[in-house]
Amino acid sequence: MNKATLIVHSGDMDKVYSALIIGTGALAMGMEVSLYFTFWGLMRLKKGELEKGALSRMNFLGLGKWMITRKMKQANVRSLEELLSDFVELGGKIFACDMTMQIMGITREELRDDLISEYCAVGTYIKEAKESEITLFI
Amino acid sequence: MSIESDVLEINVVGETCPVPLVEMRKAIRKAAPGQTIKILGTHPASKKEIPMAAEELGLKVIDISDEEEMWVITIHIPGGSE
Repeated sequence: MNKATLIVHSGDMDKVYSALIIGTGALAMGMEVSLYFTFWGLMRLKKGELEKGALSRMNFLGLGKWMITRKMKQANVRSLEELLSDFVELGGKIFACDMTMQIMGITREELRDDLISEYCAVGTYIKEAKESEITLFI
Repeated sequence: MSIESDVLEINVVGETCPVPLVEMRKAIRKAAPGQTIKILGTHPASKKEIPMAAEELGLKVIDISDEEEMWVITIHIPGGSE
């Protein structure tokens, strides 16, 4: 089976969008998909934090984000929550970096444990990335 | 079984990337063998990409047509009593 393995390093809203759109798209096209959340990306897996990221550029203290979010609503773009639930429904896997948890003092209780397939480190990623046709660092 | 129930209709009119692809994939997972999936949409890129995805999934697109402002793509799920 073809695989896509993505690292979600950024917690910026637009980049988490990219990760989830590519992830759900690859699942729709019949690939197996794993998302590895690390550093700022992992912060978005804390309870209630998925939609809280800023824009990677032109955030303007949240004004830019507010404008983009409005445009996205007008264009009927799905929310990050909806895309994440599509991702899981289509069989996508979510991995959480345990080193990030350690250095940032994040506990499993703070994360959305029900969505996370595994808590892991770099070895798991490399093993899976080696077997993947697509690997991306976002 | 009536002819009607053999068709699973998915309406993604007004939806944008990646929703048409995602909803197509959900429908394929839900469909019974022998069923036909009809996807109605307006997102221009998806008219091209849904057939691409169907091919990747090893499924046959039996029809692509335009009806006024929207496109209709019909995919057949093999198997069943055919």
